[in-house]
Amino acid sequence: MASRPMTPLTLSAYTLVTANGRGIGAVSQALRERRSGLTPCDFEDALLKTYIGRVVGLEDFSLGEQLAPFDCRNNRLAWLGLQQDGFMVAVAEAIQRYGADRIAVVMGTSTSGILETEHAYRNRDPLTGALPPRYTSHYRYTHNMYSLGHFVRAYLGLKGPAMVISTACSSSAKVFATAARFLQTGLCDAAIVGGVDSLCHTTLHGFSALQLLSASPCRPCDEDRDGLSLGEAAGYALLESSERVGRKGAVALLGYGESTDGYHMSHPHPEGAGAIRAIRQSLDRAGLQPSDIDYINLHGTATRANDAVEDKAVYSIFGEGPACSSTKGWTGHALGAAGITEALIAALCLKQGLIPGTIHCERVDPALRSRILRENENRPIRRVVSNIFGFGGNNCSLVLGVL
Amino acid sequence: MRVGILGVGLLAAGLEGWPAGRDVLAGARPFDPSMVPDPAASLLPANERRRSSDCVRWAVQVAQEAIAQSGLDPHEVATVFASSGGEMDVLDKLCRALAAAERVVSPTLFHQSVHNTAAGYWGIATRCQQSSTALSCYDDSGAAGLLEAVTYAVIEQRPVLFVAYDLPAPAPLHGARPIASAFAAALVLAPSMEQTLAIADVTVKPAAGREVSRALGQEFERLRLDNPAARVLPVLQALATRRRATIDLNLLDDQRLTVEVEPCGR
Repeated sequence: MASRPMTPLTLSAYTLVTANGRGIGAVSQALRERRSGLTPCDFEDALLKTYIGRVVGLEDFSLGEQLAPFDCRNNRLAWLGLQQDGFMVAVAEAIQRYGADRIAVVMGTSTSGILETEHAYRNRDPLTGALPPRYTSHYRYTHNMYSLGHFVRAYLGLKGPAMVISTACSSSAKVFATAARFLQTGLCDAAIVGGVDSLCHTTLHGFSALQLLSASPCRPCDEDRDGLSLGEAAGYALLESSERVGRKGAVALLGYGESTDGYHMSHPHPEGAGAIRAIRQSLDRAGLQPSDIDYINLHGTATRANDAVEDKAVYSIFGEGPACSSTKGWTGHALGAAGITEALIAALCLKQGLIPGTIHCERVDPALRSRILRENENRPIRRVVSNIFGFGGNNCSLVLGVL
Repeated sequence: MRVGILGVGLLAAGLEGWPAGRDVLAGARPFDPSMVPDPAASLLPANERRRSSDCVRWAVQVAQEAIAQSGLDPHEVATVFASSGGEMDVLDKLCRALAAAERVVSPTLFHQSVHNTAAGYWGIATRCQQSSTALSCYDDSGAAGLLEAVTYAVIEQRPVLFVAYDLPAPAPLHGARPIASAFAAALVLAPSMEQTLAIADVTVKPAAGREVSRALGQEFERLRLDNPAARVLPVLQALATRRRATIDLNLLDDQRLTVEVEPCGR
C-alpha cells in the first residue's frame, strides 16, 4: 500500500558528536579531509583485535553533583552532544515560542548505559552476590532504556511527551517517524529527536562472538571487506513543521519508511524485501521518484552479507542512478545512534554540497551493482536517502532535502 | 485521537488468557494468583520457541491472542512493543559472562539481548513486514507504548498491535529493578470503528492536580503497581466489565494519558 505524503519537517537546529570530533564542523572537516576517526581498540580492558570509533575524553569528566544519578558513559556522551553547535540555545528559543510542555523528546539507543551494569557485575559482593548499592539505586537513571530520554528531557527542562525507541540499529532513524506522527496529531509543536549509543563490552564482545568485527578499519563495499568497526555517537535535531516555520534553504525531513524483514534476528532478508519496502515508503511519503534522489547514504556496515543485500535492494529501486556511499569508515557503526549520525551527515552534505566517497574502499566489490562512490565529490545536491537496517530485521529509511 | 479496539490479549498469574481473565477482572470468577502461566506461544516456529526467552513467549502469547480475536491477518498489522527493561534475564546472563575472566559471549544470547527481541520473533513467526517499534519509558512504558500505537493507527491509517510486557528480573539484577510479578497484555487497534469491541478516545493532558486511575479491587491494584506493563490494567478492567470509563494513565508525572473507553456491540 502506498504511503500518504507527509508535511516536511524543518531541522531548525542539529548537532553531532562522533569519533571524528565534537560538533558538525569537526565531522564535516573529517569528511572533507578523508580522515577516519577509527583507531585500534583501546576501550577499557577489552582485548579485541579490532578498530573502534571512540569519542575522546568521555572517561575524563563526570556530570557533576546535580546530574550525579545520571552519570554513566552514555549520558556523558549525551551531555557532550547537547553542548555543541548552539543546540541548547535553539532549544531555549523553542521553549520560548511554544512552551516546555509542547516539545516532545524522542530518543533512540540500543544499549543505553549497560556499561554500568557490566561494571556492577564485576563488583558483586563476594559473599552475597549482590550488586553495589550505588549501582542499584542509579539503575533507573543509567542502564534502563528510558534513561537517555529521562536525561535529555530533564536537562533541557522539557515537559512534553517523551520515550526511548530501541530497535537495535534503526532506533535513532525511527525517532523521526514517531516525531513526525506526534507533530501531525498536534501532540506537540516541536520535537527533539536524537540518539546516543556508547561503547560497551556487550556489543564489542557480542559482535566479536558473531565474528562480525573487522581486524582493520571497516571497508564498506570493498571486495575484501571482512566486518564492521563499532563506534559511539550522540546526535540531536530540533524538528518543526516546515509549513509553520519554513526557512528556505534549510534542511528538512521529507519522508520516512519503516518496515521489518520478518525473516531472521541477525541476518537480513536475502532479497532485501524489508529494505525495499522501507526505501519505497520513504520515497512515497516524500512524494518523490527514485530519479529525484542525488545521493544515498548506505547503511553500509562492511559485513559481507549486509552490503550485498543492501546493494540488491538499492539497485532494484534506483538502478545505477544516484551516487551511493557508506560513512561508517569515518564514524564506525554507532548502532542505536547510527540513524541520527547518518541523517545529520546527510544534512551537512545537503548544506555544503558534499558527497563523501566511501573511505577505505580500495576496490569496489565487482558483485555490487549500485553506483558506489569511492572519492569525494563536491557539487550541490538536493535530496538524500539515508538507510538504516538492524537486528530483528528492523528497517528505516529517511529522505532529507533542502527546502 | 479515536481508535477502535479489535482484540485483547492478557497474561498474568491468575489471569491466563482474555476470556478467563476478563471474567476474573469483572469479578465473575475468583482471582487465584498462585496459578502462574507457562505460555506456549504456539505461533513461534519450534526452533525459535526452543531458543526463546520467557519474555518473548509471554509477549508473543498475548500478541497472538489479540490478533486471533481481531480477525486480522497479522501480516497486515504493524506492531508496537513496550517494555521497561526488555530482556532482563538475557542481560543478566550476558553481564555474568562478561564479568568472567574469559568473557565468552554466546552469539544467540547476544542477538536476543536487544530491546526489540520479542518484536523480532513476532515478525519472524508471522512473516510480517510492517513497521515495528520497541520502546521504553520506565514505569510509564505501557502508557507511552499506547500513545505510540494510537498515533500510528491514526496517522498511518493502519491497524496496529500494541503489546506491553515486563517480567521480573533474576537476582542480582532484581535488586536494581524490583518487579514482583510477570504481566503482559495486548490490544489490536485500528483507525476504523467497524466491528470493534470498544472505541477508545485518547488524549494527553497536563497533570496538574489529577490523580491516576487505580485498578478496581485491592489485589488488582497491587498487580498494577507491581509491574510497569500492568499500569494498563484499568483499561482492561473497563473492557472486561463492558462499561464506559475514563482512565488516566501516568505519563512522566507531569502529563496524563486519558483513555475514554466506550464498549460497542460486538
